[in-house]
Amino acid sequence: MRKFKNKLVAGIFALILTAMAGQAMAKDSSKPIRIPTHNWSSQVVMAYVIGGIFESLGNNVEYVPADSQAVYEAIRNGDVTISHEVWQSTFGKSFYNAMAKGGLIDAGTHSASTLEELGVPHYVVEKNLCPGLPNWEALKNCAEVFATADSGGKGRILEGPQSWHGDLMPNRIKALGLGDKFVVKFAGSADAIWAELAAAKKEGRGIITFNWTPNFTDADGFDFIEFPPYQDGCRIADGGDGSCGSPKGWLKKAANYKFPKTHPAAYSAFSKLSFTTAQIGQMAALVDTEKLSHQDAAKKWLADNEAVWMAFTK
Amino acid sequence: MTQFSRHSKLIQFSFFVAVFLILSFTIEPSENNLLWRLPAYLAGVPAIVNDSVEYMMFDWMPIEKYNEEIEDFEETPLLKEITRSISGAILFCIQLIREILLGGVKTIVAFTSWDYVQDNSWAHWPALPWTVVSAAAIVLGYALNGIWLAMLACFATIYIAVFGQWEPAMETLSFVMVAAPLSVLLGLIFGVLAYKSQTLEAILAPLLNIAQTMPHFSYLVPVTVFFGLGDHAGAIATVIFATPPMIRLTLLGLKSVSPEVIEAGIMNGCNKYQLLFRVLIPSERHQILIGVNQVIMQCLAMAVIASFIGAKGLGFNLLLALNQLRIGQALELGICIVLIAVVLDKLSLGWANKQIDYFADLTFAQRHKYPLILVAILVVGTVLAYLGTFIFKDGINYFYLIPHNQGITTENFWQSGVDWMVNNWYQGLQGFNKGLIINVLVPMKNAYLGMPVSATFFLVMGLGYIVGGARSALIVGGFLLFIAMTEWWDRALITAYMTTFGVIVSVIIGMVVGSLCAQNSLATKAILLVCDTFQTFPSFIYLIPVIMLFGVTDTSVLIAVIVYATIPSTRYTVEGLRNVPRTLQDAGTMSGVNRMQRLVTIELPLAFPHIVLGINQTVVFALFMVIIGAMIGTDDLGQLILKALSDKNGTGNGLMLGLCVAFIGLAVDHLILRWSADRKKALGLL
Repeated sequence: MRKFKNKLVAGIFALILTAMAGQAMAKDSSKPIRIPTHNWSSQVVMAYVIGGIFESLGNNVEYVPADSQAVYEAIRNGDVTISHEVWQSTFGKSFYNAMAKGGLIDAGTHSASTLEELGVPHYVVEKNLCPGLPNWEALKNCAEVFATADSGGKGRILEGPQSWHGDLMPNRIKALGLGDKFVVKFAGSADAIWAELAAAKKEGRGIITFNWTPNFTDADGFDFIEFPPYQDGCRIADGGDGSCGSPKGWLKKAANYKFPKTHPAAYSAFSKLSFTTAQIGQMAALVDTEKLSHQDAAKKWLADNEAVWMAFTK
Repeated sequence: MTQFSRHSKLIQFSFFVAVFLILSFTIEPSENNLLWRLPAYLAGVPAIVNDSVEYMMFDWMPIEKYNEEIEDFEETPLLKEITRSISGAILFCIQLIREILLGGVKTIVAFTSWDYVQDNSWAHWPALPWTVVSAAAIVLGYALNGIWLAMLACFATIYIAVFGQWEPAMETLSFVMVAAPLSVLLGLIFGVLAYKSQTLEAILAPLLNIAQTMPHFSYLVPVTVFFGLGDHAGAIATVIFATPPMIRLTLLGLKSVSPEVIEAGIMNGCNKYQLLFRVLIPSERHQILIGVNQVIMQCLAMAVIASFIGAKGLGFNLLLALNQLRIGQALELGICIVLIAVVLDKLSLGWANKQIDYFADLTFAQRHKYPLILVAILVVGTVLAYLGTFIFKDGINYFYLIPHNQGITTENFWQSGVDWMVNNWYQGLQGFNKGLIINVLVPMKNAYLGMPVSATFFLVMGLGYIVGGARSALIVGGFLLFIAMTEWWDRALITAYMTTFGVIVSVIIGMVVGSLCAQNSLATKAILLVCDTFQTFPSFIYLIPVIMLFGVTDTSVLIAVIVYATIPSTRYTVEGLRNVPRTLQDAGTMSGVNRMQRLVTIELPLAFPHIVLGINQTVVFALFMVIIGAMIGTDDLGQLILKALSDKNGTGNGLMLGLCVAFIGLAVDHLILRWSADRKKALGLL
């Protein structure tokens, strides 16, 4: 009798446990997961790739065009569910701002390591326009190679919009003692940088721009300048002199804080999801070089790499 | 003072310039010198604006609300719930139209739930086949304005379908079809209310001024904070942009209704509403029509900007294409936007001009001819689309929807055109570019930055005094004072320098081209069409080729500015010259002047007040484009507005910067309007 009672208690316990487990594995809400699309290829293809993975789990997905800086505020408010390409040096600030205000969570990091740095197209090194590149010290002797009409005889460095990293580059140029040889010009958008790169390539002239990898420019060859290596605390904001180069950066994923509760299965896949530099490059190349549409590129990538993404859903 | 105002304007002006120069050369440039730069008393305002917006949106009057997603109650602020309900309503309308055009499930979801749709696969709204939409547009065009409009609609829809832009075009259309009627409705309501109430008119006037001169970038952030991200946010930003001209034109129209007409209405026993809807609005139809035309143009001009905050469609695809430097593709998308604008514009004009024939005695079939045809088209199109599933085996039904990668494309042609341009013109233009930058732009920019704040005030307020007396001087001084007390005075000077340069060149080009085209009625029509096209053609497209030719420099920005700002100066010159009274022209001819003399001595002076209004518009257009020039790379207010999109204090900064730009515009606006009104009176044109 006593044994039976024990069994009964154990049985009830087991029942409760499975019920709780069942609770934890609750079905994903059928409300659509809202994925933002920005204005560069790898991001849009990856949006459709992730959307495809979610759909394979039975989720509904919706794509929302959004500004890449404004999107973090939107995630925080729940207007957008996730962001899958948070670049450290460009979006890190917006990402942490939104996180500090509450509502946005860090959903893990891709294994791709990124670099966001000044550099030159490969032909500049190949044609030896500035001997010694990609070492930064070479810049001391060939400012005039990079001069433009409005740079007043100095070399011009084309930096991304000021919203990306403020005065980081002008400070670095000053700290390295290149201040009287180079000026930093802020481009207004990534498009402006690509247009300048394309024009410079046609003419074969020297140009220093801000760029990043993985990116579609990798295909044509782009050499990043080797600045003094990054160490913790070397930037002016962290108390250093600001002369160091960029760190190898992370590529993170962000999500709205409700996402794990509303779509546990999808969130689990999203948090496991991790792409390498090569995979991101493949996605961008399908659009940029093979000229597929973004949706078709995502379909093709999902079909070709089933083993890769199936692992995230397990 | 009386002594001073008795001197001729020229002497007054020379006096102000002289003082300006003396001040410029004597004042020490130092941050502590009040005469050089005013301290930034208003530097704290953006943070205050921001905090209050945050407080209102996220803390003020929290209410308990059950959230079924996380199965718990959560606190949510009242205002957020209200704005989100508005968003929801607008989004529902957009979705509804979009799903009628393209198919989908969201409208069904709105009445059931996502679970329901997932469990019932039949719960999916089918799209209208593109053949049906095209045929309907053609029939509508024919019904409203005859064969020409039908042909235009035919060309536009087939162009869009054949180039594979059907889906994005319908997405854009669906949000325009919500934003445009909403703007027209709001414009009419506010216009009528302002007509009835002097107080409201007085309150609205400055708000309208600001809304029309504030760059749209600066209110994108506040719109997303209040209404979230998505098509509805795009639509709301578009409504903010498109409503002011409608309000203005409604008010203008109502005011110009002659008292005899109103009295006739009253004598016939109209009550207040009958007077409004049966007498006032029908008789000011013309102004309302111009308003509707402006609303449609503004809505499509916003198609690209709206995609920054989540509007789907042509605008977003265009930005994406530009990012890959696929200018050909972007151009095709831009043409789609222009075509939609032109067709919608002409359709709405046709509809509004249609007179109802109250006396015709028609049979049922005659009276309902067009609805019947539309039903027939729907049936035929649907059957055709159904048959299409058997004809096309590769999964794409060309009779239903043409997916956007299956259309033909002229991309390569345009692309090679751009390549050719860059290859052949680049070298030649470099000399021009360098010369312009070194000899003109850099010195001009330095001159602007070298102005002490006191000298600037003296000159601008002096101009105000000459034009409109002490009152004008105080008004423009007030605008300047606001800018001077922010921390962005130097940035504003750079904006002012680029705008000045852009306006001077645009006005010269516009007046020359306009004067030439006004001599011939065919050329007049052609140039007005060109103006309409360029006004809706997304300026982002020509930014890229311009950068390729001129680099990330002020030259590129200014070329973009000039392309855009020449539109109003050309348009107003043409209109002004064409509207010179025939009798005066004849009088001149009879007095024996030749064609050239007539133009220079009679037509231009008479048209000048109207041309000046064009210059006013040119200033506004130039300011807008200088701000968009931030996408190329500038170091003026525009760069900061762009930066505000990602700032912690984005809302406050964006709005304050927007106000700075608006106030530059309004100061110029005040001077020009005042002068033009006086001048018109003097010429007896009013």
